[in-house]
Amino acid sequence: MFTQSLSRIGLYALTTAVPVALVAAAPAAAKTLKWASQGDLNSADQYMRNQTLSLSIMSNVYEGLIRRNPATLAIEPNLAEKWEIVEPTRWRFHLRKGVKFHDGKPFTADDVVFSADRARSKGSDIKGRLPGVKEVKKVDDYTVDFVTEKPNPILHVEWATWGMYSKGWSIDNKSTEVVDPTKGEAPNFATTNANGTGPFKLKSREADVKTVFEANPDWWGKKNFPNSNVTEVIFTPIKSAPTRVAALLSGEIDFMEPVPVQDIDRINNNKGTRVISSPETRVVYFGFDHHRDELLYSSVKGKNPFKDKRVRQAFLHAIDIEAIKTKVMRNMAAPSAMMIGKGIHGWSADFKRLPYDPNKAKQLLAEAGYPNGFEVQLDCPNDRYVNDEPICQATVGMLQRIGVKVNLVTKSNTVLFGEYQKMETSFFMLGWAPGSYDSWNPMQFLHRTVPTGPDGKSIPSCCNYGRYSNKAFDALVDKIGQETDQKKRDELIKQAWTISIDDVAYIPLHQQAIAWAARDSVAKLEPHAGNEFLWWYVQMK
Amino acid sequence: MIAYIIERVIQSLLVLVVVALVSFAVFQFVGDPVQQMIGQDTTPEDVARMRRNLGLDEPFLVQFARFMGNVLQGDFGVSLRTVRPVNELIAERLPATLELSGMAALFALVFAIPLGVFTGLKPQHWLSRAFLALSLVGISLPTFLIGILLILVFGVILGWLPTFGRGDVTRIGFWTTGLMSVSGWKSIILPAVTLGLFQLTLIMRLVRSEMLEVLRTDYIKFARARGLTNRAVHFGHALKNTLIPVITITGLQLGGIIAFAIITETVFQWPGMGLLFLQAVQFADIPVMSTYLLLIALFFVGINLIVDLLYYLVDPRLRADRNALERGV
Repeated sequence: MFTQSLSRIGLYALTTAVPVALVAAAPAAAKTLKWASQGDLNSADQYMRNQTLSLSIMSNVYEGLIRRNPATLAIEPNLAEKWEIVEPTRWRFHLRKGVKFHDGKPFTADDVVFSADRARSKGSDIKGRLPGVKEVKKVDDYTVDFVTEKPNPILHVEWATWGMYSKGWSIDNKSTEVVDPTKGEAPNFATTNANGTGPFKLKSREADVKTVFEANPDWWGKKNFPNSNVTEVIFTPIKSAPTRVAALLSGEIDFMEPVPVQDIDRINNNKGTRVISSPETRVVYFGFDHHRDELLYSSVKGKNPFKDKRVRQAFLHAIDIEAIKTKVMRNMAAPSAMMIGKGIHGWSADFKRLPYDPNKAKQLLAEAGYPNGFEVQLDCPNDRYVNDEPICQATVGMLQRIGVKVNLVTKSNTVLFGEYQKMETSFFMLGWAPGSYDSWNPMQFLHRTVPTGPDGKSIPSCCNYGRYSNKAFDALVDKIGQETDQKKRDELIKQAWTISIDDVAYIPLHQQAIAWAARDSVAKLEPHAGNEFLWWYVQMK
Repeated sequence: MIAYIIERVIQSLLVLVVVALVSFAVFQFVGDPVQQMIGQDTTPEDVARMRRNLGLDEPFLVQFARFMGNVLQGDFGVSLRTVRPVNELIAERLPATLELSGMAALFALVFAIPLGVFTGLKPQHWLSRAFLALSLVGISLPTFLIGILLILVFGVILGWLPTFGRGDVTRIGFWTTGLMSVSGWKSIILPAVTLGLFQLTLIMRLVRSEMLEVLRTDYIKFARARGLTNRAVHFGHALKNTLIPVITITGLQLGGIIAFAIITETVFQWPGMGLLFLQAVQFADIPVMSTYLLLIALFFVGINLIVDLLYYLVDPRLRADRNALERGV
């Protein structure tokens, strides 16, 4: 309470008195970046929520062993200078020397070992960063070995959002474990404070009001970004979209995201503001219940029409993806033939969507034994993806044309995704963005056969909710998960995607666009297909 | 008197329990908070563990009983979204909401009474007609639209006032106030006007109709016959007598202002309880939702209780009836 009130008074003084006094004399170097997003950073602890906004904000404070180049998404050395696979199950990372945490403690191998334990502590939501890691071993102060149960070619791909914590700081502040809010545990020091090695320090935080960061003058990577000139960052959540747009237009903030689709033209036409858009790696798609012998929500009794590949093909032929792109998404989408977006390892322009062809679709339905179509329920979230409900409404009309009557049910994702997990859906909309930027993730989680228990029932697992199953595909996924020869692996990935697309396991729709908006005060920034806003790439006027 | 108070307090407690029960029942349909706390790759085992920890797999009545038991011990739980104790969160947000509601009520009263008197005294004047027409707009336009319009005009086009937030806040003990800084005052104008506009039009119309009625009464005629000035008649005699229902309505509406602040706070990103509640609903943050609803119910019940007690003091007939009842007449 004491520190909080102190910081608040400090903040008050800074934001009111000091700038007024300093405006004239201020060195040109002081640049404050004010920005807003719809949600808040819910915890300063990067391990607590595996969600883009918190991961992305905190990756300006906490750095991983690797990082991703925002333009190419390529893996770059970060706190690890280089690494090699010593033997198939042992990766060796050589750490950067001379790196210091914000509190001045040096960064060493002990911190990596500690961070690995912390990431796997009970309350952590990023346990998936270290799949099948048997042991994390310190070799010397600047060398760490990761020993895995099985060979893992993509061990490090998600580590850009696994920041390194200081062992000493965490012990001193009794924050060695991640708080588990579901147990009603009280917050610890690390939920409201942060101590990373990154370019920005967390200065003060008022939940749902604002969080202030200041540039770290001692950042080791400073020399690589000579144009980076932000000295202070003020992050404000603004929930209501029109208010967020108004705050940008009035000049109270320099940057905001996400931009509502209908406001893009307005922001672009306004003097001094612009929209920056790029396709997000997330693919929005429709899924089928491949498994049940009779669909839960359909007029067809005694059999499951989606078990027939021709029906799935007919649905794909019936969807006019260009119309969805231009009419519903106002061109803020890139239609996709694959279940991964461009930029994900394994994406290829060789795969093509089945063309929009309602006649072909009707013919396929008739061949499958449904000349007059049938009825099915489509489940659709109404608060998760850009224009999710309108996309579903458009689809209802398109399927109507081939005789399929779709009963659209839209719900909040808080309710709907729980039903998905119980696999209580026949035909559904969902989106997926692999945090690993690698094909294996959607193959494993969206395609691999759902395991069954001794009673013959499916064991709930993430996230193949339609229970697609193909033995040949499963075999490939296992190989891709362990093949360390990159060339061979790429070939296997291609084979697996060929099967998925040929089977019409899903109907991929598009990569929705990320829409950011900035004022001219932000001269340069780097869009990021993973929707991460990295402040050290920002150059202000 | 004491028996009356005890009876009313017991009734109020009953209302609170019913509110808690109903709100808790409604939460079963808000969704699953666990869905909001996990990433897309979180394993089903972790999801199941979280649900078990939260007690979401237990029957509704068991969950309710545990919640009430904790509340009676003063434990309102920890917010699932912000991972902070709920009573701490509410205590932090309460000043913002009360300050906004207070300013909104003050704004409504300060403008409504003179406008009401004017339109009552000169019903045929063109200004009166204009005010009445405008007040229709105030009553019929939804709050979020008024808020956005005000933001557009005063925030974006004219650039006079901030579009969001509370400005610079000063902490005095447990209370935080924005009224100690220029930016705080600037920030409160638009939300207070938005929130108070409905009450303004309501009170203005009330004062007007009361004025029209009072002006027709005999004692006003006698006052005029006595040769009193217009000012003395209008403000000394007429207005005073219109104020009793106005005060009652304003008091009762205060609870409404606090509760309706949800929308205004969301539009202006005002860091009060209403915004907290709305964010909690979207996250299905059950501890925050239930505590907020209990608190709002407490406000309503408290205000009603005070009004009832005041009536009891003011209106001798209530007491007479009761005495008669107690004597068994």
